[in-house]
Amino acid sequence: MSDEMLNEEGNVQRTKKFMYVNRKAPYGTVYALESLEVVLIGAAFEQDVSVAFIDDGVYQLTKGQNTTDIGMKNFSPTYAALGDYEVTKIYVEKESLEKRGLTVDDLQHLVWEDEDEDYAEKDSIKVVSAEELGQIFADQDIMLNF
Amino acid sequence: MKYGIMINEGPYQHQAADTAFNFVQAALDAGHEIFRIFFYHDGVNNGTRLTTPPQDDRNVITRWSKLAEDKNIDMVICVAAAQRRGIVDEGEKDRNKKDADNIAPGFRISGLGQLIEAGIQADRLLVFGD
Amino acid sequence: MSILHTINKSPFEKDSFQTCLRYAKAGSSILLIEDAVYAAREGTDVSDAVKAAIQDKSVFVLLPDLDARGLNSNLINGVQSVDYAGFVKLTTENDTVQSWL
Repeated sequence: MSDEMLNEEGNVQRTKKFMYVNRKAPYGTVYALESLEVVLIGAAFEQDVSVAFIDDGVYQLTKGQNTTDIGMKNFSPTYAALGDYEVTKIYVEKESLEKRGLTVDDLQHLVWEDEDEDYAEKDSIKVVSAEELGQIFADQDIMLNF
Repeated sequence: MKYGIMINEGPYQHQAADTAFNFVQAALDAGHEIFRIFFYHDGVNNGTRLTTPPQDDRNVITRWSKLAEDKNIDMVICVAAAQRRGIVDEGEKDRNKKDADNIAPGFRISGLGQLIEAGIQADRLLVFGD
Repeated sequence: MSILHTINKSPFEKDSFQTCLRYAKAGSSILLIEDAVYAAREGTDVSDAVKAAIQDKSVFVLLPDLDARGLNSNLINGVQSVDYAGFVKLTTENDTVQSWL
């Protein structure tokens, strides 16, 4: 991915850093699902994309979700496709996991293939402290909170 | 300065659309440009002309329509969110074989790419929601 | 890069206020809007947290929202009131805006 692209007027434009921040649990409200739809569409725009899960947002990534008996669509498998969309920077806040009695083992194992390293499979999820994530936020151009 | 605005809640249910409207007014008064207003989640309900609020209350929908006309502002309703919630323009009506459309003047229905483009083109992107 | 953090939830209802304080760095600005304006008042369970934030951050409150709720008095010393024009100005003075919903 180049750092620059041409805009509609043909002028060179810098790639922007987009950060999607998810703070809500799935199913109880539609925010998690429709946030994921934004991330997937946004991935096609060749920008620098990151996704963060904090507070109840960490519940979006739990493995073993089964919605059969609530009659709603289980959209959790879509998170596993993020790597194919080149969304490879997925941050989960350590404090939010701990507060909810969760560890990274309770979450889906999300991976991406690094074409620069012979398609080696790499972990997408990075568990980071609020302090570290705050530094990453400070470096973004666009913050979309859901 | 060029602004992109994202509105994620419907009118009357939540203050988000009112706060966004007041912000947009103030930004225009200060000489700034609104590149686009993008309506997502229940925010798509800001764009139905069938809304009839009590006469002694503000009309959130016609207020947006007037703003779009007076200031030539691009107001986009997300198609995926709109389909779920029954916000329909003429094209959507024909495509999905519905018996009516309900989109208010000044709004258009388009894809989520319009939001990402607003993020790319604008100097600031503000989210108003719940 | 400087961030303007906006919060629109009552600190007594949701954790948006606490999460924002966890993320707002020294030197950044926090603007309380909608139901978050209740956090601007003296003598609440969160006033100490707001006072601590004021030590190294700028805390603003959207005056029209405070007026609407009938509580434009007894504000915490150091919380600065702004109108919508002031809100717009804050977005120009910072590089990005993060909405804690």
